[in-house]
Amino acid sequence: MFVPGNSPKMINSADTYGADSLMFDIEDAISITEKDTARHLVANALKAMKFHSETVVRINHPTQTPFGIDDLKVILPAKPCMIRLPKVEDVSEVELVAKEIEKVEKENGWEAGTINVIGAIESVKGLYNVREICKHPRMVAIALGAEDFITDLKTQRTKTGIELYYAREAILMAARDAGIQCMDTVFSDVKDMEGFAAEVTRSRDMGFDGKSVIHPKQITEVHRIYTPDDKQIAKSLKILDAFEDSLKNHKGVLNVDGKMIDKPIVARAQRVIDLAKASGVNVEEKRAQA
Amino acid sequence: MKNSLGREIPEHIPGYKEFRLYEGPFKYMPEHPGAAKKIKVAKPRDNKVLASIDEAIEKTGLHDGQTISFHHHLRNGDYVMKMVVERLAAKGIKDITIASSSISSCHDFLIDYIKDGTVTALETSGLRGELGKFLVKNPQAVKKPTIIRSHGGRARAIEAGELHIDVAFMAAPTCDRRGNATGRIGKSAFGSMGYAMIDSAYADQVVLVTDNLSEEPIYPYSIPQTDVDYIVPVEAIGDPAGIASGAIRITKSPTQLLMAKYAAEIMEQTGCLKQDFSMQMGSGGASLAVAMFIREKMQAKGITGSFGVGGITGIFSDMVKDGLFKAAYDTQTFDTTAVKSFTENPNHLEISASFYANPWNNGPIVNYLDTVILSATEVDLDFNVNVITDSNGMCIGASGGHSDTAAGAAMTIVVVPLIRGRLPMIRNHVQNVITPGETVDVIITDRGIAVNPLRKDLLEKLEGSNLPLMTIQELQQMAYDMVGKPEEVKMSQDDKDIVAVIEYRDGSIIDVIRKPLDD
Amino acid sequence: MAKTLAKPATAGFEEKNDMLVQVAPNPGKGIEVELTSSPVIKQYGKHIVALIEKIAKDAGFSDVKFQVIDKGAWDYTIEARVVAALERGMQA
Repeated sequence: MFVPGNSPKMINSADTYGADSLMFDIEDAISITEKDTARHLVANALKAMKFHSETVVRINHPTQTPFGIDDLKVILPAKPCMIRLPKVEDVSEVELVAKEIEKVEKENGWEAGTINVIGAIESVKGLYNVREICKHPRMVAIALGAEDFITDLKTQRTKTGIELYYAREAILMAARDAGIQCMDTVFSDVKDMEGFAAEVTRSRDMGFDGKSVIHPKQITEVHRIYTPDDKQIAKSLKILDAFEDSLKNHKGVLNVDGKMIDKPIVARAQRVIDLAKASGVNVEEKRAQA
Repeated sequence: MKNSLGREIPEHIPGYKEFRLYEGPFKYMPEHPGAAKKIKVAKPRDNKVLASIDEAIEKTGLHDGQTISFHHHLRNGDYVMKMVVERLAAKGIKDITIASSSISSCHDFLIDYIKDGTVTALETSGLRGELGKFLVKNPQAVKKPTIIRSHGGRARAIEAGELHIDVAFMAAPTCDRRGNATGRIGKSAFGSMGYAMIDSAYADQVVLVTDNLSEEPIYPYSIPQTDVDYIVPVEAIGDPAGIASGAIRITKSPTQLLMAKYAAEIMEQTGCLKQDFSMQMGSGGASLAVAMFIREKMQAKGITGSFGVGGITGIFSDMVKDGLFKAAYDTQTFDTTAVKSFTENPNHLEISASFYANPWNNGPIVNYLDTVILSATEVDLDFNVNVITDSNGMCIGASGGHSDTAAGAAMTIVVVPLIRGRLPMIRNHVQNVITPGETVDVIITDRGIAVNPLRKDLLEKLEGSNLPLMTIQELQQMAYDMVGKPEEVKMSQDDKDIVAVIEYRDGSIIDVIRKPLDD
Repeated sequence: MAKTLAKPATAGFEEKNDMLVQVAPNPGKGIEVELTSSPVIKQYGKHIVALIEKIAKDAGFSDVKFQVIDKGAWDYTIEARVVAALERGMQA
C-alpha cells in the first residue's frame, strides 16, 4: 500500500490494515518544497516503529531529479526492506542505487542484501530495457507504474486495460525470466470497487504476484481475490498428496480423478498451496476437512 | 470510601441524603415498593389545551425548588427546554432541577439560567458541549453535583421514587386535544417516544408541548390521554435539521471499519452469529459499521436474527425490512430512514426506557441480548469503560444505555482505537467509570483485541483464531511503545469540586466526576 | 564549535498527529522551547519540551528559540520536524 511520506497521521495507522508491504512515498506524493521534511519523517518512522509489514521507500529518481541521492543518504540508515526506484529506464540506475546500499550495509555491518530494490517501469524506454533491469542482482521485484507510462504512450487508462496489455505482459515475462516478483500498478478510483476487483482478477490471471493499492479498503479485496478458494485448495492438496505417494511407492503414471498429472500441474498445485498459506489459510485444517 | 471497583467516593455528597456504593452489577436487591402516580380526577369535557407555556406554568403551580423533566428525542434540535426555562426565569421562579433524559449542545443556553439561579441542579444521561465545559470548570455554580444516570437507571429512579418529577414538559410531534401523543407524524416527527413514556406515567403533572395539534383522534399513541394534564400548541418544538439528519451512513474511516470487521469476526468465532441471535449496535462509528459485516456474514451463512434493540438507525431498520431480523425494539429513532420504518413496519416496535433497560422490573429487553457492540472514550486494564469524560476530564458524552446493555448482554464488545491523537486509550484507570469491567467481555482496538480474563469460555472459543488477540496489558504496552506513557491529569480532591455523581443502573454510586486542576 | 542557525525556518504542518516547528537564532540565550499549544499538554507537555531540547543539543546547537504548535505528534514525528527545521535554518 502506498503511504504518503509526509503525513504522520497516515504513517501512524498504515500498519493496521494488513497490507503485505507498506510503501512510503517521498516521490510523487510530495511537493518539491517538502522533499526534505518527508525524507526525515519516513526515516524516523522506520527507525522508531515496529512494522508488521515489509517496508519500502519510494525515493526520487537519483539522476532525473536532484533529490534521489539525498533521499538515499537519509533513508538507507533507517533500514527499510526495500528501495523503490521509480521511472527506471536503465540498469545503470539500479547499479547506482545498489552502490549506495552496499556502502550503507558495510558501514553498519549489515549482511549484504539486507536492503533490496524494486524497480518501477514507467516509460517506453524503461520497458525496452526491462529484461536487463530485472536481472540486476539487487532487484527482487519489478512493478508497472501506469500513470506515467500511458502518458508516454499518449493514451489513457480504460476499463479493458488494453493500453497496458503489452507492458504488463512484457514486464511479467522479464520478471519470470529473472526469477523475481512482479507487481501490478495502482487502480486510482477508490470508489469503483467493482472495477478494482475486475482489474485485480485480470492481473492475477495474467500471473502477477500482487497489486499496488492506495486505500486500505482495496487490501481486503486483493487478499480475497488472491486467496485460493476451498475447491482449489482441496484439489491441489489431492494432487500433491498423490504426487508424494507416487514418489514413495515408485508409481509410474500419476492419475487424480481420472486426469493425468504431470510436472507443471504439480508445480501449479504447489503454488496454490503456497498462496493459500501466505493468505493465512489454515491448510492443515482444510486437509482434515477434506 | 471506596466502592468495589476501588473508586474513591466521598462520605457526603451534597444533594444526597443517603446513598449506596456500587458493589457489583446484580448485588443490590431492593425490597421496597416503588412510586405511585398521583391520583387525578378530570371532569367531563375538561379542556386541556392552553394558550401558552406561561399559562401551563400557572396552571401547574410550578414554583421554586421543583423538578421538571424533558426527553431528548428532539436531540440537538430541541426548542422545548429553552421555551420553558425562559418563561420560568421571566416569572422569577428559582431553584429548579432539570431532569432531562439527556442534554445536547443545543442546551448550552442553560449556562445563563444557572448563573441567574433559575436552574440549580441537573439530572441527565449526558453532559457535553459548552454546558459540560462550564460545569466541569465551575462545579459550584449549581447547588449539587449533576446526577448522571443510564437510560435504564433513570427509568428505575423514576419508578422507584428516587427521581420525583413535579412537572414533565413533553415535546409531542403530534397529539390530539385529549392528549394522545405520537412521534410518528408531524413536521417534527422523530419516531419512538421511548424516553418520554416513563416521565408521563409518573410525573405529578404532564404538559405536552406540540407543533401539530390534531383535531382527529391519534392512534397508535405513545403517551395516552390518561397521563396528560395540559397541552400547549406552539409554532415549532424543534429544528428539523437538528432532530434527524437524513440517513445515517456507515463510516468511511478505515480504522473504524477495521474495528467493525474485528467485532463481526469475534461474533462469528465465538458462535454468537447463530440462527435467531439478538444484538444491539451503536448509532455511529465502528459499532454501527459492524452492521455491514454482520449482514454479509448472515447472508453467507443463510441465518436470520431474532431482534435488535436500542436507538434504531436506518441501517438496522433496513435489516428488519430485508428480513434479516424479525423485530427492532426502539427507544429512540435515529434517522429519517428509521422514522419511516417506525411508521410503516409493524415489526419496528416502540418500547419505553423501562422496557428497554430498567434493572428493577421483570425483564428489560437488554437481558435477552446475545451481543452488544459499544464505543468508549477510554477503557482501562480492569476493562472498565468511560463514555462520559475524555482523557482530560472534560464531560463530552453520555451514559446512555451503555452500562444497561453491558450488564444484560451475553457478550459485550467495546470498540475503541488504541490511540487517539497521541493519547493511549487503555488507561491504568479510566478517568471515570460508566460501565464496570466485570460486565465487559471483549475490547477491540485497531491494533489488537483483548478478552476479559473472566471470560474463559470466550478465550477457549477463540483459541487458534487468526485475530490479533492479546492481553489488555500487552495492548497497553503496545500503545506506550508508540507514544510513551502519559502523565496523569491532576484532579481536585476537594468535595466541593465534584462536578457530577455517576449512578450505576441500580442507583448505587459507581464514580464521581471531579474538576481537573489547571497547572 | 556549536552549530548556529543562519535564519529562522519552519517545518511540519498544523495537521492531526503533526507538529509545526518554528526555529530562530537565539544568540547567547541558549535553547528555549515555547510549546504554544498541544492537545496533550497535560499528559506529554513536559516530555515534548525536554525532547526538543535534547534533539537540538544532540544535533550540536546551543542557541535556538523554538516555537511549537503540537497537534498530537508522536516522538518520531517531533524529531523529524525539529531536525528538518534546524536543517532549513542552517541554509544561508
